[in-house]
Amino acid sequence: MLTKRIIPCLDVRNRVVTKGVKFQNNVDLGDPIEMAVAYSDGGCDELVFYDITASAERRPIDIDMVSDVAKSIRIPFSVGGGISNLDDMYRVLLAGAEKVSVNSLAVRTPQIIGDGSRAFGAQCIVLGMDPVRTADTQKCPSGYEITTRGFREHTGMDALEWAKRAEDLGVGEMVVNSVDADGTREGFELNLTKLIATHVSVPVVASGGAGTCQHLSDVFKQAHADAAIVASMIHTGEFTIAQIKEELIRDDLPIRRKW
Amino acid sequence: MIAIVDYKAGNLTSVRLAFEALDTEAVITSDPEVIRSAERVVFPGVGAAGAAMMHLNEMGLATVLTDVVDAGTPFLGICVGTQILFDSSEEDGGVACLGLVPGEVKRFHPPDPLCKIPQIGWNTVGFKVDHPLFDGIENGSEFYFVHSYYPAPSDASFILAETEYADACFACVVGRGNMAATQFHPERSGRIGLQLLRNFTTWDGRV
Repeated sequence: MLTKRIIPCLDVRNRVVTKGVKFQNNVDLGDPIEMAVAYSDGGCDELVFYDITASAERRPIDIDMVSDVAKSIRIPFSVGGGISNLDDMYRVLLAGAEKVSVNSLAVRTPQIIGDGSRAFGAQCIVLGMDPVRTADTQKCPSGYEITTRGFREHTGMDALEWAKRAEDLGVGEMVVNSVDADGTREGFELNLTKLIATHVSVPVVASGGAGTCQHLSDVFKQAHADAAIVASMIHTGEFTIAQIKEELIRDDLPIRRKW
Repeated sequence: MIAIVDYKAGNLTSVRLAFEALDTEAVITSDPEVIRSAERVVFPGVGAAGAAMMHLNEMGLATVLTDVVDAGTPFLGICVGTQILFDSSEEDGGVACLGLVPGEVKRFHPPDPLCKIPQIGWNTVGFKVDHPLFDGIENGSEFYFVHSYYPAPSDASFILAETEYADACFACVVGRGNMAATQFHPERSGRIGLQLLRNFTTWDGRV
């Protein structure tokens, strides 16, 4: 049976893993390679790296870091942040990443999704999206608006419409990161995750808000996520991947047991 | 030396790095002579079967692969590499493939909208036979899959392991003699995938 994936997310700034709340007040946590190896050995199913300052600093993604990660772990990982064209995608994939994630770039230039998908295969093009709740349901009928550049810019785009469009353009997977829940550790935005997961045919990764094993169980069972991102709850050392998995197995969820 | 066949069908870095982690010499090559003289051959690939087959033919590598399999060289297909060993694939409106494994490659038909295509993630692999490639790996271990089409051999004796997804219980490892091929990615499947590749580096091609 296909198992539900638990995916630690490592936000990297100047080669240091960092974590904030709602994209602010970041604190440094450690070395990305050491953390990747520890989580991989600890049983995570995949990893996500975001070079969170590459875009703002207008510099390309740290390819040396991607290479070092690829040499150090034998599980899939995706990389986002600082991707501005097909060449950047190619360099990230050639360095050994399984997938490349686009977010603000895809909003600005949607055809990058189709171009990347045709050039490298849909399976390695991930759409990251940062929707925020909105009361303006005239503009955004789903009740969620897409933001970009780390919540700094509102786009006026409806989250569900954008998800469907990205699917048509050829993404292989979507990471739905709730701005409202990000870093709060108060649970995933279940309505949002379910809305997207039940309306697209590609796998959906829920992101933002994981604080307890129950939150993960809920997002898999109630919101039909195919995978879930964890960050603060493991970065703080409060939970290990193995603990989370044990709990989810007890909850009758299909989870990878041996690693 | 292991030859990793490069036929413009995706990114081979992770395959090379996996053998590097095993301290085994592996080269990425599209040179027919290097492939023919290699001790072992790995035939990977991601993307679409149609494009993969086209590149293989354009680069004159189709007969080279058939030859090394016939010559008894230990041979490992991975993902799309595995799929194009079959007679044909439903992908891209139907593609004639290498015909080294009888049968075809079919598209998943999800029984409900929550069953996503492609299958992405770790799924359980049930061994159907004892095989040297499975040494030291517990039956029912999970491996990493990424695919929308699955292998369907017409001769059940080619089935070495099975996995269930969507509407199918499909052959996720196929082979005969010195040829073995996985639908999953051993190079992305952690310690257990690495064990399968380690087994390949010492396999003499006999079962």
